[in-house]
Order: sequence, then C-alpha cells, then structure tokens
Amino acid sequence: MRILDNTVAWIDERFPLTKMLEEHVTKYYAPKNFNFWYYFGALSLLVLVIQLVTGIFLTMNYKPDGDLAFASVEYIMRDVNYGWLIRYMHSTGASMFFVVVYLHMFRALMYGSYKKPRELLWIFGMLIYVCLMAEAFMGYLLPWGQMSYWGAQVIISLFGAIPFGIGDALTLWLRGDYIVSDATLNRFFALHVIAVPLVLIMLVVAHILALHEVGSNNPDGIDIKKNKNAQGIPRDGIPFHPYYTVKDFMGAIVFLIVFFTIVFFMPEMGGYFLEHANFIPADPLKTPEHIAPVWYFTPFYAILRAVPSKLGGVIAMGSAILVLFFLPWIDRNGIRSIRYRSLAYKVLLFSFVIAFIILGYYGMQAPTPVGTFISRLCSLIYFGFFVGLFFVSRSEKTKPLPERVTS
Amino acid sequence: MASKNNKRTSSKPPGNQQAGQRATDNMEHDATQVIRDSSESSIDMSGVDTKRRRMLVTGASVVGGLGAVALAAPLFSSMSPSERAKAAGAPVEADISKLVEGQSMTVEWRGKPVWIVRRTPEALASLAKVQGELRDPDCVEPQQPDYARNDTRSIKPELLVMVGICTHLGCSPTYRPDIAPADLGKDWLGGFFCPCHGSKFDFSGRVYAGVPAPTNLEVPPHKYLSDSLILIGVDQGAAA
Amino acid sequence: MNMRSMANWFAKNTCGLVCVLLLGLSTSVMAAGGGAALESPRFDPGNTKSLQRGAALYMNYCIGCHTASYHRYSRLASDLDLDPLDVSDNLIFTTDKAGAPTKVGSLMTNTMDEDYAKKAFGVAPPNLALTARSRGVDWIYTYLKSFYLDPERGGVGVNNVVYPGAAMPHVLWELQGWQKLVEADDGHGGTVKKLELVEPGMQTPVEYDKSITDLVNFMAYLADPIKLQRHRIGMWVLLFLFVLLGIAYMLKKEYWKDVVQ
Repeated sequence: MRILDNTVAWIDERFPLTKMLEEHVTKYYAPKNFNFWYYFGALSLLVLVIQLVTGIFLTMNYKPDGDLAFASVEYIMRDVNYGWLIRYMHSTGASMFFVVVYLHMFRALMYGSYKKPRELLWIFGMLIYVCLMAEAFMGYLLPWGQMSYWGAQVIISLFGAIPFGIGDALTLWLRGDYIVSDATLNRFFALHVIAVPLVLIMLVVAHILALHEVGSNNPDGIDIKKNKNAQGIPRDGIPFHPYYTVKDFMGAIVFLIVFFTIVFFMPEMGGYFLEHANFIPADPLKTPEHIAPVWYFTPFYAILRAVPSKLGGVIAMGSAILVLFFLPWIDRNGIRSIRYRSLAYKVLLFSFVIAFIILGYYGMQAPTPVGTFISRLCSLIYFGFFVGLFFVSRSEKTKPLPERVTS
Repeated sequence: MASKNNKRTSSKPPGNQQAGQRATDNMEHDATQVIRDSSESSIDMSGVDTKRRRMLVTGASVVGGLGAVALAAPLFSSMSPSERAKAAGAPVEADISKLVEGQSMTVEWRGKPVWIVRRTPEALASLAKVQGELRDPDCVEPQQPDYARNDTRSIKPELLVMVGICTHLGCSPTYRPDIAPADLGKDWLGGFFCPCHGSKFDFSGRVYAGVPAPTNLEVPPHKYLSDSLILIGVDQGAAA
Repeated sequence: MNMRSMANWFAKNTCGLVCVLLLGLSTSVMAAGGGAALESPRFDPGNTKSLQRGAALYMNYCIGCHTASYHRYSRLASDLDLDPLDVSDNLIFTTDKAGAPTKVGSLMTNTMDEDYAKKAFGVAPPNLALTARSRGVDWIYTYLKSFYLDPERGGVGVNNVVYPGAAMPHVLWELQGWQKLVEADDGHGGTVKKLELVEPGMQTPVEYDKSITDLVNFMAYLADPIKLQRHRIGMWVLLFLFVLLGIAYMLKKEYWKDVVQ
C-alpha cells in the first residue's frame, strides 16, 4: 500500500490524477433520487466502449475494397477465430447504441434536462447523436451487401435535393464516383474507423465535462446545489462513487444480459438489426425489392417520404433533427420535470413519442396510401410538439416544486 | 446489521465497543467518515458492515474480472491464425525427381521457403571438415526432428530439407555451393550465407561460430511418400 | 392519478411500445418474390445425418453452378462429423483451374466461368452460401418443389411458381420427375392453378420432399454454420451474467443502505 500511495503522490505532483478522480467520481455529488431512466447515460458509454473495442478487432480482418469487402466479412464470420462473436457484437452494438441513446434522450425530454443551465450539455448530446447517425450510416456501407449499397445510394442522393446545381456536385464529391463504388467504400471506411469516432470521443468528453460542471438533473427537476450543508455538499447529493458505480454496474449487467441474448440467440433480430437483403453482395445493377434504412433511421425516413417533394422532404427530415437542438429555447417553462408540469405538456410529450414510434414503423414498410397518410399525420404531430410546446410552456399551470428531492 | 431506526447515535464514540470485538470493527471506523447528523447529508455510514461489503466487492471484482477475461479471450484469439491461414499451412508435396546433384529447389510451406538440396559427395565430405568451426555441430538445439538429428541432418544423406529462414532475424539466406569465392574468403567450403547480417551455415544448415545467428537452420517435419515425392509438414511415421 | 404513477405509466407504455417495435414484429418482412404461399417444413440444424445427406445433394447437383465459396470443406467436415479424407474422396467433385482436385482446406468454389455462365443462363448463378439468410429456408424449399414444364419458355423449358421466369433449369428432375401447372376446381365453383406430377422421377413425392428438406437444412447450415455453437456458448454466457447480476444486486443493496431516503 505504501508503494501505491507513494506512486499516487508522485503522479499528483505532476498530473491532477487524484483531483480529477475526486472531481468526476468520488466527490461528484449526484442526486440520490435517480430512477430507471438514469441508467442509459452510463449504458451509452458502455456501448461506445464495446463498439470501439470490437471495431478495432474487426478492422484487423476487414478489407475496404469493393471486390473483397463482402467476402472479408464472411471470412470474419467463418474463418477468423470468434470472428462471428466480434462481428455480431458490433452489429448488435450499433442498434443497441440507438436504443440506449433514444431512451437517454427521452429521459432528458421528460425531466427537462436540457433547460438552463444545461443547454450546452444538451447541444453536445445532440451533436453526439448526429455523429452517431453518421457513424452508423457509414458503418452500414462496409459489409457491402445490397442494403448497404442501396441504403448509401439513397441517403447520399438526399443531398442531391439541394438546388442550384450544388446538390449534384455535392453527391458526386461525396461518392467520389458517378455511383456508389469502391472509392465511396474506402472513404467511408476511413471516416467510420478514424474521423467520426475521434470526434465522437471528444464530444463525449465535452458532454461529461459539461454535465459535471452544472451537475446532474434529477426526476424532480429541482436543483440540489441550492441546499448544501456546512461542508458545501448538497444535502440530497451522494458521491457518484461508490453509490452510482455499484448501481450502474448492476444496470450494465442487466443490459449485457439483453445484449448477449441478442448476440447469441437472435443476431439478425428478425431482420431489424441485420437486414436479410444484406446477405446478398452489393449489385449496382439491381435494387432489392424493398429498401428501408435500419430501424433507427426510419422515423426520419418516414418524414422524408411523407413530403411529396424531393427538396421539401429533405428539408423536413433535416428540420426534424435540427429542431431538437433548439429545444432549450422552445420550451419556455422554468419547471423541468414532467412531474410538476401541466396535463397539456404531458399530452404533447406523449403524442410526440407515439408519433415518433409510429413514424419509425411506417418508415420500415413499403409505401402504401394508408401508410403515407398516417406518416403525414405523425409528421405533423412531430413538428406540432415543438410548436405546441413553444406556446403551452409560456403560460402553463404547473404544480409547486418540493423543497427537497422526493424518494 | 444495524437497521435504519437502530443507528448508533453521534454521542457514541467509535472506540466505545464491547471487549473482545475483532480488529476489523475498529478498522471500519478508521476507513469511513461517519457523518453524524443525517439531516445534514444523504449518506449515513454508521451501520456499515465492512466485512460484508469487502466480501461483496471482492466477489464482484473476481467474478466480473473473470467475465472480462472471458470476453478478452475471444478477442485476442481472433488474432491467431485463422482457418484460411491454417489451410494454407497444410502439408505440401514436392516432386524431387528432376532435382540433379548440387542443385537446390524451393517449395512454399506455411508461406515460408523450404529448400530441398541434393548434395554432392564433396559437399557431404565438407561437413566433417568444418565441424570445429561450428556453434552447435552435434545439433543439441531442437532445430530438427529426431529422425534428422544425424551427421547430415536429413533422412536420406544426400537430400537436405530445410526451412530457408535465418534464425537471426528472419531473412532468407542464399545457397552458396561455390568454394572459396571472393566475398566469403578462401576458407569457405560451401553452404548457406545470409546477406542481411552475414551469418554463415554449412551444407547441412549448421551455423558457424562467431556470426549473429544463434542456432542452426530449422529442418521441417517431412517424410518420403516415394523416392521422388517428399511431403513437407508431416513427420516421418505419421499418417498423411 | 398522481405524478409518480403517471410517470410510471408513461414509462411502462413506452417500454412496451419499444418492445413491440423490436420483438413483436420479429416475424418479419422477408421479400417473397412471386408471392406464392411458402411451405414451412421442420428443419433440424442438429440432425447431422440430414445435413450430411443435404451436403451430398449439394455437391452432386448444385455446386457445379452455384459456389458456396465463403465456406471451407474442412470446416464442413468437422461440423458434420465427417473424416476430411472421406470428404476429399466422396464430396469434392470440383477441381482447381489447373485440373487438380480441390483440396479439403479450400473454399467451396467451382470453375464455372462467369462470362460463360452469363451467356448460358442470362445471369451468373449466385453463390448460395448465404441464400438461406437472404431468401429464407421456406422460400428455397418451396422453390425447389415448384418447377413445372412450360413450353413457352425456350431454353430451360421450365418455369417456377415461386420465382416466375427463373433462369435455372429443373436440376433435380431426375429425383422429382416433371410437373405441370393445371387448373383444378377450388371447391367453390372457381378454378385454382395447381402443380401435378405428370412424369414420376426416381423418388416418390414424399421421398423428394425429404431430400429437399435435407438439402435446405444443409443450406441453412451453410448460411449460419456457427448457430448451434453460438446457442451453446450463449447459454453459458447468460448463466454467468445472471450469477454476476446476483452479486451486483447484493453489492448495490449493501452500499445503498447508507443512503438516507
């Protein structure tokens, strides 16, 4: 123990190790009333680690070459020792990343975690989400199956909607060829394994630093820092370590049970995590009968299809993501948590979530008149949420906040 | 274990314990800061059962650590040779019917060059002459299968089968049967010479003393399928 | 309804919907080409004998045109309880480009020239290693049962109910015989198109169904060779995680005794 203490002291004179540990872990005081919804931040970090580690090992055997990519994935699945496990962990991890991130974001909506002073925290989070979508999209091209190929083709073509000739020039530049080709695959590989992960990690650090600067919100949405004891410790705060480390450890294991159940028993997840058509090598001459993006993109894809104009659809889809960045200013109510807000707010949020899920469902289906009608309706509800929130939040009949957090 | 309404009060000093209490009980109070007034903080550690806590932390660390190792194992095993590499490493056959005396041929086995040399009687005679200049003339190091641990390091005296990779740093030596060439000096009786770092080997791949290579060249497992067919990668006596 | 129960209700319903999205729709949208109803016999991936028979059929009838070149014969030997030498002698009928018999460590390729194949069939016959995952086993099974004589199709002379206009000839005709598409009474006064055996093959219809069940079972193995082992390892992983969860739960409970509510 002496040696350890001395080593730590030696480091502390040269690097703020203990200081950082105390600031972010052992003396970071988090509200004691975190509930189920507060697991998903830590779980997102866990999935990020899973993706980084499995990704490194996949890179060792994957070949970013139009002629070799598909076979190299099958090589990983069959010839590389435990390659199938690493690949399924990575493909399942991609979908599970969005599961936990969507739940994490929903938590922020429900408890007003984006409100002052957490606006920047929210914006970092949104940037992470956008990066994650880029990362997932580019990663999906790499197996070079039919869905990879035609999905990339469709998404890149979205940029073609930009008028004045910019769109066409832009799509050509993005692909580096007249069609999605080897050049596209190779650059997507570079971006997927180096550029985007790097940005993602930096954003995650910024997200956590911003969180620790302002402190965690909680299901009551009240500020625990307003009630401190003589030592300056929030009376309703408990040190992150050991209390939330042991709790998140437990949560992580529950998550891993779900995660590995999928990995070992249903890696395709009925075609939602690994699409059937992606077991056919990319063929630039033949589009699959039905193409749909992977499930985590489908709500936005449904909004895109709901608008009967190419440019309009792209704008609608872009705005659907962009508008989330402005949530801290759209919601003008000072009360954070759903627990103390009006019925109107609850109805708005509930319909928003339902609309999002229905959009996700119709985004996966082949277009039908009924589907298009429902998609349009749900797109209206989606945007209506923000409009409604802007007005409702101004003069909402809220309930009195408690003095201390409730258990 | 103390329950919530049975907490020790702040007036009870840590040392005020019954005689015969074990040392761990005192450590509990040294190790943890007891905050005395629960209204001042949300943490009240007065009821801590240190032993149970330590046991659970150890248990979680050991079992969790096992899990981490179990997860790391497949990751690292993915870096060892794949089925494709193993298939490429399958035994190879070499047809030596066209190999004339003094000539060498190279076949690929596990991606490495394997030489087959039909040595001349002079070359075989030179093996005894250089005996004194070698590092391991009697082949003590296990650089050959037992059936090739003899004077000629081969199954048939004239036919040498050898992995053509220098035991120093992995270059491939050149076959130099010429006697006393200008670059190798007048004492050179023929053998193998590594151009990378100048290691010298005799006609049976034994290393000379005073050169960088530490051991003799490796003789791969091999067997004769017939007089003109050698199978490299399978030991003599083993099934094909 | 107070705030808490509202939030809980909200939570539960959202979870439920997410579950519906992820799990409830798992019986999914496999693109079914011609739209014919697919038959779904029972395939047993654990039945090694069936897989061996299927492998023999594949090597005899399919691999000449359809490679399965992501998979190795040696892997097939170990997964199907076969001696590699037996595989070499009895299951490998292909050669490399030089004419030497394919080695047991090789991928299951063939020497069909892609340009020639395009000329002969219109399309190059696809690699079938993954077809059981892209089309589904039921599709392949029904497809193999649904060839019928069609004089309007020059060249192959057959058509397929499941995949109309298929470029593939009826390779298994020796076994099945020839079928014809006939109109039959549907029992409600209308007619329905039905396949009828007009010239029997070497096998009875029951035997033929059994043969293609073996073949498709083998193709399912080809598409996902690790499946059984994956399930086996998965059980241990989950067992381990549940043990760890027990410890983690006790650990959390123990520490959270400190937290004054």
